[in-house]
Amino acid sequence: MQGGATTESRLARAIIMTVGLGFLALFLVMPLVVVFGEALKEGLAAYRDAIVEPDALAAIRLTLLVAAIAVPLNIVFGIAAAWAITKFDFPGKSLLITFIDLPFSVSPVVSGLIYVLLFGAQGWLGPWLEQHDIQIIFAVPGMVLATVFVTFPFVARELIPLMSEQGRDDEEAALSLGASGWQAFWHATLPNVRWGLLYGVLLCNARAMGEFGAVSVVSGHIRGETNTMPLHVEILYNEYNFVAAFAVASLLALLALVTLVLKSFLEWRYDYHGKGSGH
Amino acid sequence: MTTATAAGQGRPRQQGARRPWLRAPSIIPGFGLTFGVSMTWLCLIVLIPLSTVFVKTAGMGWGRFVEVALSERALAAYRLSFGASLCAAFINACFGLLIAWILVRYDFPGKRVVNALVDLPFALPTAVAGIAFTALYTANGWIGQFLDPLGVKVAFTPLGVVITMVFIGLPFVVRSVEPVLADVGLDVEEAAASLGATRGQTFRRVILPAILPALLTGFAMAFARAVGEYGSVIFIAGNMPYETEIAPLLIVTQLEQYDYEGATAIATVMLVAAFALLLFINLLQAWSRKRTVD
Repeated sequence: MQGGATTESRLARAIIMTVGLGFLALFLVMPLVVVFGEALKEGLAAYRDAIVEPDALAAIRLTLLVAAIAVPLNIVFGIAAAWAITKFDFPGKSLLITFIDLPFSVSPVVSGLIYVLLFGAQGWLGPWLEQHDIQIIFAVPGMVLATVFVTFPFVARELIPLMSEQGRDDEEAALSLGASGWQAFWHATLPNVRWGLLYGVLLCNARAMGEFGAVSVVSGHIRGETNTMPLHVEILYNEYNFVAAFAVASLLALLALVTLVLKSFLEWRYDYHGKGSGH
Repeated sequence: MTTATAAGQGRPRQQGARRPWLRAPSIIPGFGLTFGVSMTWLCLIVLIPLSTVFVKTAGMGWGRFVEVALSERALAAYRLSFGASLCAAFINACFGLLIAWILVRYDFPGKRVVNALVDLPFALPTAVAGIAFTALYTANGWIGQFLDPLGVKVAFTPLGVVITMVFIGLPFVVRSVEPVLADVGLDVEEAAASLGATRGQTFRRVILPAILPALLTGFAMAFARAVGEYGSVIFIAGNMPYETEIAPLLIVTQLEQYDYEGATAIATVMLVAAFALLLFINLLQAWSRKRTVD
C-alpha cells in the first residue's frame, strides 16, 4: 500500500514513528537504563555487596513474605467474587463490582492511612489491641493488610469478564452429570479461565512486591524489620547511598521486566487459546 | 443464559418451595459460600477501613474540617497535584494516541517488544521509577546535564512532577484507545477518502469522533492515577511546602507529626475527588461501549 487512501504519506509515517518511539525511548527505556547503569557504576563487586548486605536481604525476605501472604488471599477472594458474580443473578451486582474496583482509585497514601486510623494507637481498635499486646501498625500485619488492599481488585477483575463470557453451560452440564460444585469448578470452570487467572496473579504479585506508598505509611521504617525492598530503596537513596539504592532497585526492575515478558507470553497464549476453542 | 432459564423451568417446582429472595434460581451451588466470602472480605479489607476516614472527618465538625482541609498549604498542594496531573494527562492523551496509532496501524520490527514495554509503568515499582527519573533529570544527571545550561530545571520543580506523572499515566491512554482504534473500519476511511476527504480531514471527522470516548476515558484514568500518585513523585518533587509538595505527601507529613485530623481531612478531599473521577470514568466507559456497539 503506497499513498493509498487509508495510509499516511511515507514522510508523515516516518515522523509519527520517530516521535512516538522517541517518546517511548525517553520515558520508558531511559529510566530502565539509568537504573542498571547507576547500579553497576562502581562495578559488579559493589553491586553484589549492596544486595547481600543483611538489611537488603531482610528487605528481600520481607517483600517475598508479604507477597506470599497477600497474593493467595486475593486469589481466594477473586475466585469467590467472580463465582458469585458470574454464576448467579442478584440485585446490586454492578454496585458490588464497583466496590471491588474501589482500591484502584484510592491514593496509595490514603490506602495506608485508613489502616492507621483503624489499628493505630489513636485508631478505633488501637486501645483494644494495645491491651492484648497485638501490634498491627508499624509491623508486618499492617503491611500485609495495606498490600492486600492495593492489590484487591487484580484477580477478580481479570476473572469476572472472562467467566461471564464463558457463561454457565459448562458448569450446568457438569452438575447435571452428577458432579459436585467443587468438581464443576475444578474440571469445568478452572480449565477455561486458567490463563486469565495466571494473568491476574502475575499483575497482583508485581504490585504486591512493588507497592511503596501504602506500605510506607504503615511500616514505621524499622531497618531490617519492617522494610520491604521499595522502602529499603528509599532509605538508601535518602542516605545518598546511590549505588546500593539503585542495586536494590535494579532487582525490582528485573522483576518488572520478567512480569512484562510473562504477561506478553500469556497474552499471546490467551489469544491463541481463545481462538482455538472457537469463541 | 437460555439454558439456565430452560433448566430452571424444566424442573418441577415443589408446592410452597422457598424461593431465594436474594437471587434468581439456579442449579449451580456455592452462592452462599462465595457471596459470603466476597462480602466479608470486601467489608473487612475495603469498606470498613475506608469508612474510618469519613467517620473521623464527620467527628471533626464542619468548621474545623474546612479550616484544615482548605488551609493555605493544603490548597497549594491540591493546586500542584491536580494541575500537574492535568498537564500530564493532556500530554498522555496526545502521545498515547500517537503510540496507539503506531501499534494498531503500523508493522515494524520489534513491535512486540514496544507493545510489552508500554505496560512498564504498571509493572515497575513506583519508588524505582522515582529514583530513576531523579537520576535522569538532576542538574548533573543523564539528561539534566544537557537541560541545565539551557536554564531548564526539571528535578525539584513542578516540571519534574509532571514528567513522572506522564510516565505512570501513559499505559492508561494507550490501552484504552488501542482496541477502539483497531475497530474503526478501514472501509469508513476509504469511503471518506473516496468522497474527497484529505487524510487530515478523515482523521478529524471520521476517526477522532469514533475514538473520542475511549481517549477521554484514558485521559481521565491517567489523571486519576496521577492525582493520587506518591512513590514516583516524591523523589523528584523537592517537597517544599507551598511549592513542590503534592497532596499525598502532605498527608504523610501530617501523619509523621501525629496530626491525624489534618491527614484525614486532606484524605477526605482526595477520596471524594477519586470517587467523583471513578463515577465520571464509569459514565465515559458506558458511553464508549454504547458507541462501539452502535
